Amino acid sequence: MSDKKHNEVTRRQFLNYTLMGVGGFMGAAVLAPMVGFAIDPLLKGEKESDFVYIMDVDEITNEPQRKTFVIDQVDGWYESQVERTAWIYKNNNGDILALSPVCTHLGCTVDWNSNADFPNEFFCPCHFGRFDSNGVNIAGTPPTEPLHQYEYQITDGKLYLSGKSNPREEA
Amino acid sequence: MISKIYDWIDERLDITPMWRDIADHEVPEHVNPAHHFSAFVYCFGGLTFFVVVIQVLSGMFLTMYYVPDIENAFQSVKYLQSQVAHGQLVRGMHHWGASVVIVMIFLHTLRVFFQGAYKKPRELNWVVGVLLFFCILGLGFTGYLLPWDNKAFFATQVGLEIAESIPFIGTEIKTLLAGDPEIVGAQTLTRFFAIHVFFLPAALFVLMAIHFIMIRRQGISGPL
Repeated sequence: MSDKKHNEVTRRQFLNYTLMGVGGFMGAAVLAPMVGFAIDPLLKGEKESDFVYIMDVDEITNEPQRKTFVIDQVDGWYESQVERTAWIYKNNNGDILALSPVCTHLGCTVDWNSNADFPNEFFCPCHFGRFDSNGVNIAGTPPTEPLHQYEYQITDGKLYLSGKSNPREEA
Repeated sequence: MISKIYDWIDERLDITPMWRDIADHEVPEHVNPAHHFSAFVYCFGGLTFFVVVIQVLSGMFLTMYYVPDIENAFQSVKYLQSQVAHGQLVRGMHHWGASVVIVMIFLHTLRVFFQGAYKKPRELNWVVGVLLFFCILGLGFTGYLLPWDNKAFFATQVGLEIAESIPFIGTEIKTLLAGDPEIVGAQTLTRFFAIHVFFLPAALFVLMAIHFIMIRRQGISGPL
């Protein structure tokens, strides 16, 4: 018989390791595709969204105008058209703002100049959230950040919006 | 007749020890409401289990009519509730049972907490119990969306926003739950259905088995 002093792997250990290895490999091979299957939404990444014509740039006033537009929405196998709303205006610096009406507190819909107590502000009726004429949240009211800004393009004096609105960095 | 069938099977498979082991054990006097009525507090765990059984059964039958598809989900629920024999009853059991489970599990937790029954050597059973509680909450959350009415939709919207508020990984968790970073839609409904009907019940059954095996191993905690 062989000398046991060297750390030799016994036949039993060898078979154990082999079986565990093969078993582990088989288990992983079964599970891996399923994990990928389940986390697919994370792997898909950002979706491109088309830009939709809204209005001519010279129609944009300093007073926010409420514009609705329709975008094509793809939800997996389900394609549909959904309506979006934007408040479009030029602020005092002449920047074009196309703000989402979704309150940054809990997602209700804000309205411009709708509350007599708070003129020239965006007002959210749910929890009295307020945003100033630049769409920036007013301290002491529930919202935690400015109204989101739609991605926009201007071509040949025409304003186009995508269905995607992003948090604003500059404010 | 039945006892003959039983004997025939028992002779071959020796099944008596199996059910004896499950059913035949002594209930200590201090947990028996017939001896001390105040011992009814020990019933809440069993009641939780009983209502879970109702949920499983009524849920199984609901899937005979329900479809997890945004075009048809609401219609199928409306149909099974208004046109199918006893539909209102079966859906009602699942609907109300969902709330009753939460109440029972809560009362059971209170009993274990205030009697100190979670203490050594039963700490692990408390941990499994908390996991069971999370499972039940998850079942409640995912089941709430399935009727696909306005209440369901917006409750899920809010729930997903809460998940999104988790630091660092919130967005990923929301996407993973909803199936889409932005939309609560077709993929959300199928996901919630799968989680509600397959994943969470599977976890629930495993955890319940562990919970009960541990009780039988350790016995019920002694009187106060």
